[in-house]
Amino acid sequence: MNDMSSNQTIADGKTRYSAGVLKYAQMGYWEPDYTPKDTDVIALFRITPQDGVDAVEAAAAVAGESSTATWTVVWTDRLTACDKYRAKAYCVDPVPNSAGEYFAYIAYDLDLFEGGSIANLTASIIGNVFGFKPLKALRLEDMRLPVAYVKTFQGPATGIVVERERLNVHGRPLLGATVKPKLGLSGRNYGRVVYEALKGGLDFTKDDENINSQPFMHWRDRFLYCMEAVNRASAATGEVKGTYLNVTAGTMEQMYERASFAKDLGSVIVMIDLVIGYTAIQSMAKWARDNDVILHLHRAGHSTYTRQRSHGVSFRVIAKWMRLAGVDHLHAGTVVGKLEGDPATTKGYYDIFREERNPQALENGIFFDQDWASLNKMMPVASGGIHAGQMHQLLTYLGEDVVLQFGGGTIGHPHGIAAGATANRVALEAMVFARNAGRDIWNEGEDILRDAARTCTPLKQALDVWKDVSFNYASTDAPDFAPTPDVSA
Amino acid sequence: MKLRQGQFSFLPDLSDDDIRVQAQYAIDNGWAVSVEYTDDPHPRNTYWEMWGHPMFDNPDAAAVVFEVSECRKEHGGKYIRVIAFDASPGWESIRMSFIVNRPATEPGFRLVRQEDAGRVVRYTIESYAAREPEGARYA
Repeated sequence: MNDMSSNQTIADGKTRYSAGVLKYAQMGYWEPDYTPKDTDVIALFRITPQDGVDAVEAAAAVAGESSTATWTVVWTDRLTACDKYRAKAYCVDPVPNSAGEYFAYIAYDLDLFEGGSIANLTASIIGNVFGFKPLKALRLEDMRLPVAYVKTFQGPATGIVVERERLNVHGRPLLGATVKPKLGLSGRNYGRVVYEALKGGLDFTKDDENINSQPFMHWRDRFLYCMEAVNRASAATGEVKGTYLNVTAGTMEQMYERASFAKDLGSVIVMIDLVIGYTAIQSMAKWARDNDVILHLHRAGHSTYTRQRSHGVSFRVIAKWMRLAGVDHLHAGTVVGKLEGDPATTKGYYDIFREERNPQALENGIFFDQDWASLNKMMPVASGGIHAGQMHQLLTYLGEDVVLQFGGGTIGHPHGIAAGATANRVALEAMVFARNAGRDIWNEGEDILRDAARTCTPLKQALDVWKDVSFNYASTDAPDFAPTPDVSA
Repeated sequence: MKLRQGQFSFLPDLSDDDIRVQAQYAIDNGWAVSVEYTDDPHPRNTYWEMWGHPMFDNPDAAAVVFEVSECRKEHGGKYIRVIAFDASPGWESIRMSFIVNRPATEPGFRLVRQEDAGRVVRYTIESYAAREPEGARYA
């Protein structure tokens, strides 16, 4: 008889494969001595076992259900190199300060995955296990993607460097705004907002996630009026301008039709929503590279699974998948605005977007060294409740390679949209200038803005209107590890 | 019309000291600074004329200010910009770009519309100055 209290893999073939039920650990999904290979995919899950379920067995179950296992022993395993195909839980650690939660590290052989397919990767890693009864909750916290696998993906269609070269914008964050109200404007009125904002000094305007083709504004109307606005603004300023035309639609055929029309009209950028799905995103990324168009991704829907700490998929994992999938822009939080995001966690996201290589940084929620194998960099987009008065904080937290999107902070300006755009642009340029000149913008930011406002009335008006607006709420998703003094020193 | 290209075109015109401070920031980051000029400010005119090579081994931004003033002597009626190149792996492109000289008057751009099938319009932007031959634009 098998001893059900043991977590030891059963080595003897006859015992291991006799019909019936074994613990996942005994089936070989728990290998505490396993050293992951450089070519393994590694997933880190936060597991919350049901009361009375052993953490090691729970981790082994996750490994089993996300790779080869089913609930009972099957003899057909023996027709395969099953030791290789079994995912291996190799480490289970209690989560600091969170009773009942454990970090489970699981390694997957590269041959378990089809190259270049986020759908295939995710069908394994998050396909079945999240509803598994022995777990109260499960969260995919991070992944290590081996270079060999990274190289099977296209990566961002354009990338930060080439996007900047195409737009002829260097040395400062890009500026954008989402057209508001997000629903209800006619094409003609919508284009007016685009024209005013771009002429006033923004680089980009943006459709919102749910602007597709509704009764009040069909997509062709929007595209035609927006491109009139883009070209007028370009002539008025001598700059390259863009507007993210949202091509999200019900079928791939419709999305290709809309994207092609946008390209034919001369748009430098199109936009899609995360809700179209991973395969559709990869298809649009390929289209974008084939057609020299920048691809913006709005992360519509992500908070349904990224926000809660105990269950779902961390946004840092979504960010990694999207860099593989090949989008150029992705929203990543503002720290200071109205939407979720503490500074340390958000820094982790930004590093995943923009760095060649991410070293492990537990204080930013990055659990693994990740080499991006020269995949293009993704431009983070900061959007949601930000305004000119926060420019020193935004530049400090988010750096230079970012699109700062001031929607209400542009369109809500008391003297009009163009004035709002100018206020943001002047605040931005003044802050970058001051930083480069060696000033302590974190502490002197308000002085720098006030000085800049002396020669820019729209900025003065913006600072007066929004001076007291901030969004100080506790974050629901913060790192589990605080830096120890000798690490941070 | 004021040409808004470059990272500081919404600020008051830069003084020589401003140029020095910004160029020194580039140098301190390990970027090579160079000076370029043009009389064709079209937003997609990528290749402005080079005023010498990028100053790869220059540690002192005073030399940049000197080159800008030399360039002004010959091309003061045109646009002059300072750019900084970063040769590090994964970037190998421009890090900074700002305008340091403008023509006395900036006539701007004409938007040419060509009506096409349906309601499509083909747009072209044309610098008024660039209608004149090279060398004969701006004063």
